[in-house]
Amino acid sequence: MKNKKFSIYNSKLRCKSHRKRILDISQTVTAMHAAGAFSALEMVDVIYYGLMKKKKKAFTDTFLMSKGHGCMAQYVVLESLGILNRKYLDNYCTKNGKLGCHPDYGLPGIEASTGSLGHGMGLAVGMAHADIINKINRKLYLMLSDGELQEGSTWENMMMASNLNLKNLICFIDHNGSQSFGITKETHPNFYPLKQKISSFGWECLEINGHDQKEIFSSVNKKKTNKPLMIIANTTKGKGVSFMENKPIWHYRSPNKDEYKLALLEIEKS
Amino acid sequence: MRNKLADIIYKKSKKNKKLCVLVADISPAGSMYQFRKKFPNRFINTGVAEQSMIGIAAGMALRGLRPFCYTIATFALYRPFEMIRVDLCYQNLPVTIVGMGTGTIYSTLGGTHLTQEDISVARSIPNMQVIAPCDPSEMEDAVKYCCDKSKSPVYLRIGKAGEKVFVNKKSDKWQFGKIRKIYPGNDLCILTFGPIIKKAFEVKKLLEEKKNISVEVNSCHTLKPFDYYSLKKKFKKFNKILIIEDHSKIGGLASLVKSSAYEYSYKGKIFSFSLKDEFIHCYGNQDDLLDKHDISTSKIFNKLLKNIK
Repeated sequence: MKNKKFSIYNSKLRCKSHRKRILDISQTVTAMHAAGAFSALEMVDVIYYGLMKKKKKAFTDTFLMSKGHGCMAQYVVLESLGILNRKYLDNYCTKNGKLGCHPDYGLPGIEASTGSLGHGMGLAVGMAHADIINKINRKLYLMLSDGELQEGSTWENMMMASNLNLKNLICFIDHNGSQSFGITKETHPNFYPLKQKISSFGWECLEINGHDQKEIFSSVNKKKTNKPLMIIANTTKGKGVSFMENKPIWHYRSPNKDEYKLALLEIEKS
Repeated sequence: MRNKLADIIYKKSKKNKKLCVLVADISPAGSMYQFRKKFPNRFINTGVAEQSMIGIAAGMALRGLRPFCYTIATFALYRPFEMIRVDLCYQNLPVTIVGMGTGTIYSTLGGTHLTQEDISVARSIPNMQVIAPCDPSEMEDAVKYCCDKSKSPVYLRIGKAGEKVFVNKKSDKWQFGKIRKIYPGNDLCILTFGPIIKKAFEVKKLLEEKKNISVEVNSCHTLKPFDYYSLKKKFKKFNKILIIEDHSKIGGLASLVKSSAYEYSYKGKIFSFSLKDEFIHCYGNQDDLLDKHDISTSKIFNKLLKNIK
């Protein structure tokens, strides 16, 4: 099921260029959640390049970016794959463009509209169950933000996913621990523990480093049961740019010119 | 209506393999039970989790299926409102939300179980279609449309149980998006939707017997998209229009017709009987509740008598 030719080294190179592309775009429009995209970037790259099945160059598996605000990570990966052509990102958030701050269903590579948190899990459960009804052998990869675990609808649907025995559903949580308001363990200490909560809802649950391509790539193979799989991926919000890392102010802020230059230098050196 | 709904979906589902049913902890009696037994994968009970019901249905529709989501109207529409707006309407998916026991039907269950403003809420969402059949016969046509033809989300507003059939040999054929003449007449035009059509026929009978007034009764079953073309024709033909609805005066049939009357410079009279913009804090049978909001056959009749010479 996985791409045997997947190279960790190439993924690392790609993620450098993805980050640079995102920073470049951040200089043309201010509307962007760059930090949330940086925390999910390695996972999105590995999912598309390493995990999702392809048939005649078209993906047969599905990826949903439930944390719609992190869509810039998905956009740059889709661009690098040639699914979104360059014009789409060049016109990001402009009056001539079609791509905005949240993914819209119907655009190339975008299989559902997301952006309002707590919706992705329901859509994913419905799609994964439909694949079982239609007897289609396909996996559904879902990317949740950790903040979405504060939405009751996410838990309602997690309960349904296990009740429906959706072994074809694989969910990554971008666990960067940081939200718009602040650091989650400070604002909501009882948000934790996560793993026990998830397991008690009938999911198999793993914990990995969400920036380590090797761990991301091998995580899916570690699945031992027929339950839906939840991977808590520990990440750093703003990963790759030191002054953006884990600073709530960067949840929705673009770097100024000087910050942009500094950020590019850091990414080059990493 | 609810049993008939299940019968039709079950019948249709044997040929149409895309049909699925999602319920939120509502008991699967009759044909619903048969459906579940025959197509266990195509029937999902999400439990008391309406947001989940809509979200999952949207996901299934994204994969080409045609789900029906079914529960008591207030929980089918209000509780998962944002899932309906974003997952269904924004993505324009062919999912039918069946709201059962609408308006004041659940008259003993209190305000939590009443849907006084559901049409108004549903109509205001882009891409949403709203159908409210007047009797089981009309519902059959509407459900068949939802099974096979609808291309967008539908809010299907139905009654509960024991509704009488009013459609007769003189009725027009049912057509999605069209005002349907249920019974022809010449002096007064009644516009209504849903099972409250019963009152329209009671008023018609009184007017004809006591005042020799010929009354036309119409079912405006499709509240969105609305048939403005036929409405314009009614404005031309009649100088008196009576609207009866088991729905708030805000955003329902009366507000729709009255705003159109202004646009079309209608010079006739419009009498409307809608629910007030107030919650209902009383119990009893449905007529008791409607009467609290001044909707009763005698009140309608008396008002017309005062105003029609």
